Amino acid sequence: MKRNTKDLDAAHGKMTRRALFLGGLQLAFAGGLAARMRYLQVDQADEFRLLAEENRINIRLLPPARGQIFDRNGLIIAQNSPSYRITVVPEDAGDVEEVIAKLSSLVPLDPEDLERARTEMRRSPPFLPITLADQIGWEDISKVAVNAPALPGVTPEVGLTRVYPQLGDFAHVVGYVGPVSDYDLSKMEDPEPVLMIPRFQIGKVGFEAKREDVLRGKAGAKRVEVNATGRVMRELDRREGISGADMQLTIDAGLQNYVQARLGRESAAAVVIDCEDGDIRAICSSPSFDPNLFVRGISVADYRMLTEDKYRPLSNKTVQGTYPPGSTFKMITALAALENGVVGPEETVWCPGHLKVAGRRFHCWKRAGHGHVDLNTSLKRSCDVYYYDVAIKTGIDKISEIANKFGLGIKHDLPMSAVAQGITPTKEWKASSYGKDWLIGDTANASIGQGYMLASPLQLAVMTARIATGRSVTPRLLKSLDGVEQPSGAGEPLGISENSLRMVRRGMHSVSNDRRGTAYRSRIIGDGLQMAGKTGTSQVRNITAAERAAGVIRNEDLPWERRDHALFVCFAPYDKPKYAVAVVVEHGGGGSKAAAPVARDVLLQALYDGTPPLEAYPKADRSRIKAQQERLERERVKRPLGSRSSRA
Amino acid sequence: MSYLEYHAKSTPAGLRKILHLNWGLTLLLITVSSVGFLMLYSVAGGSFSPWVEPQVKRFALGLGVMFVVAMIPIWFWRNISVVAYLGSLALLVAVELFGTVGMGAQRWIDIGFMRLQPSEVTKIALVMLLAAYYDWLPAEKTSRPLWVLLPVALILIPTALVLKQPDLGTSILLMAAGGGVMFLAGVHWAYFAAVIAAGVGLVSAVFQSRGTDWQLLKDYQFRRIDTFLDPSQDPLGAGYHITQSKIALGSGGWSGRGFMQGTQSRLNFLPEKHTDFIFTTLAEEFGFIGGVTLLSIYMLIIVFCIASAIAAKDRFSSLVIMGIAITFFLFFAVNMSMVMGLAPVVGVPLPMVSYGGSAMLVLLGAFGIVQSAHIHRPRQASR
Repeated sequence: MKRNTKDLDAAHGKMTRRALFLGGLQLAFAGGLAARMRYLQVDQADEFRLLAEENRINIRLLPPARGQIFDRNGLIIAQNSPSYRITVVPEDAGDVEEVIAKLSSLVPLDPEDLERARTEMRRSPPFLPITLADQIGWEDISKVAVNAPALPGVTPEVGLTRVYPQLGDFAHVVGYVGPVSDYDLSKMEDPEPVLMIPRFQIGKVGFEAKREDVLRGKAGAKRVEVNATGRVMRELDRREGISGADMQLTIDAGLQNYVQARLGRESAAAVVIDCEDGDIRAICSSPSFDPNLFVRGISVADYRMLTEDKYRPLSNKTVQGTYPPGSTFKMITALAALENGVVGPEETVWCPGHLKVAGRRFHCWKRAGHGHVDLNTSLKRSCDVYYYDVAIKTGIDKISEIANKFGLGIKHDLPMSAVAQGITPTKEWKASSYGKDWLIGDTANASIGQGYMLASPLQLAVMTARIATGRSVTPRLLKSLDGVEQPSGAGEPLGISENSLRMVRRGMHSVSNDRRGTAYRSRIIGDGLQMAGKTGTSQVRNITAAERAAGVIRNEDLPWERRDHALFVCFAPYDKPKYAVAVVVEHGGGGSKAAAPVARDVLLQALYDGTPPLEAYPKADRSRIKAQQERLERERVKRPLGSRSSRA
Repeated sequence: MSYLEYHAKSTPAGLRKILHLNWGLTLLLITVSSVGFLMLYSVAGGSFSPWVEPQVKRFALGLGVMFVVAMIPIWFWRNISVVAYLGSLALLVAVELFGTVGMGAQRWIDIGFMRLQPSEVTKIALVMLLAAYYDWLPAEKTSRPLWVLLPVALILIPTALVLKQPDLGTSILLMAAGGGVMFLAGVHWAYFAAVIAAGVGLVSAVFQSRGTDWQLLKDYQFRRIDTFLDPSQDPLGAGYHITQSKIALGSGGWSGRGFMQGTQSRLNFLPEKHTDFIFTTLAEEFGFIGGVTLLSIYMLIIVFCIASAIAAKDRFSSLVIMGIAITFFLFFAVNMSMVMGLAPVVGVPLPMVSYGGSAMLVLLGAFGIVQSAHIHRPRQASR
């Protein structure tokens, strides 16, 4: 028993030793744990703190409000309106299709929008909201809000969207915005993060695209605390973005609206420019379209309608379209001849109805000829032979040089899309473009604004303003940017002798004020408001010898697209030029008939800053003009905002 | 000395026993549980529901159980250890047959007012049985192979049953605690060396088995090991738990982000924040200081137990106290290693702190046995 007890004591001693040993092991392990804690919580604390913040804090961009665009009188042209839209977060919705089905029983959903949404859903992570319907009425939004519990993941949201209350009037000038596309992003070197916001709108065409830099503004940001599922718990702070700069255009929206209505259904362009400071008061391309259609993405049907229209509503004919200037170019040929001393103002040229140049007959539009023609008569009656003659004596290079001085063949720097340079041919130009020598016949063609010569309606308006003032009037579209007035386009004197200019202006005055002038029918009555102009009719086809022998077919009998373009350039008042106008009616026939009345009406509207009195028109026309004024007044009634119908 | 040789008169009797409770240990247990209540209050977003209230009730119940167990003489517990062991085996079999499947494993039996996790009971019953075994076994036979094989079998039977549930964490705990008791009982070093060698062999066998027909672990267990080895590989998938846990711990810094200010837990980045990962919330909100404080309290409990075991003199008391201390240590050591990214996520709760009923009840019951050994220890002076 004693020995047993001793054994037991020995065993207990062993156990105590082992217990202490195990206790030591445990303490060591605990020390290890503490060391690990120290490593994580003290040594690496900053790093983990950062990671925790990254977990917790999400930065959400706040899209800036886009700069608004006004006309010269402060009328709004492009504004930002609150728009209600319905978004869905696929992750929260569970069965998205089921939610969409439920939603469409509440509010009408456009199948095309849904298709777009589905495409977007496939592309983006499931926790990003997808827009199901845009620009929803208040009533529909309320329905969705009330039924929110039955629609998981669906949120009615309010955002800003671009609205163009002037509808088609400014479609070609201001252009439009649209959601950023992958294509847009691929073109950019380092796209701003704000562009990644779904459906963020950027300028696509026109002024909106050209001045995107200042219109967009700078994005703000808010920091929000999110939980593990990404749900926003609260907003921590926000830094508001900087709104885009507001812009004021030189355009008078009232005049613009009138011009657009006056052009009507014609495929035409008209430009009104202020001779004094180069301000573009109106610049219209017809037919136009409703830019609002593009803001949220145009439907395929609407788009097809616009692209398949033979009048090309999407093209901006004022700056993008170039036309042979026809007889409106004769002032330039005349000035080139006068300035180079080739012909005196009183010198006459004999017009038998044609001129033989290098063995080929160049016809005057008047087969019978004009007889003895001096400068004034040549403009007044638009004799072609006179110009063949003086142009050949002057030479094409000198003519083109003068043309450039008057703004032809020059790309005017306007914030609009696809501003065309036009063509003022020279010998060198033909050699480099066609690899062919310049022919004397080319000079004859160029002298009356045919052949290679091409100019846009804008360039013709600038040319007219420069003839009217003798200064290098520069077109200006942007009046002020963010309240800062932009430099005037009054320009310096051109260095053309006042004498030559006066002779040419006098000829233009005769065109619309002399009984034998080509635009006499479109004259303006009233002292101090008289108009000086020049008609132009430019061929879009070659008249073959056979055709000429058989008798030239009247324009009206030709299919539309083979008819002549009708042109008219003018300025008024003759004594103290205020406005210059250029009108081109595509395939409109004769300039005196199709273009001159339009230009005259536009000029009067501009001069009177509103509907002109009937006294300004020739007596015989007044009843017809009255009816026309009343008709236009009716047509100019603005459609209510948000209307989807296009002016085109 | 066997329990028969106790000087029955020198041990306190009746209500006087209460005075002889190990009050230091009791206080430490209350402190640890209070830390638990505090953290459960925090992770609930400053609310007593849904976790604090039931936890407090269970703690009160557990404390009652501990006192009752403590009042009963230690030799009673020695006598019923075989019954307890067999009973726990029966429960393990029952859970296999009727248990509720939770988290992909059969672990619970619903017994009305709470869900019982038989593997918790098993841990204590095994320790009791082994202590009783070595109390009965003459010391000179301790290291004889046959007498070593028997306790090994006693350990492996419940381990196998638990592993089958499957609950890798608990089965490792069972083996470690059982091994610990054997070690303390004086089994020769060489056996342990052999077992460790075999264990290394087994681990490599387990990895070898991956993807074959005789795969030894479930796929999710393999994935846990994978993510443990490299949590950054899949930070949003399987590695999410460990990554987020480390972020929470680390962002606590020296002194923490303040009570109820832990963003990781409050914003639900932490998984299982009220159970297995509750330590991360503590470390996030109270920092290194808080974490080390809790660890120190735990270690104090261990120290108290070792002191008690050494003082107990009789073999059963010493071994059972040490066994319970090892089990308790393994609980928090494995849990903390897990949340600190030192061990794979095996699903071991933080003892007395994690939300959960049966673990706390069983642990308090076990501490009741420790208390009983303490009260009924032999006293030399009072004869």
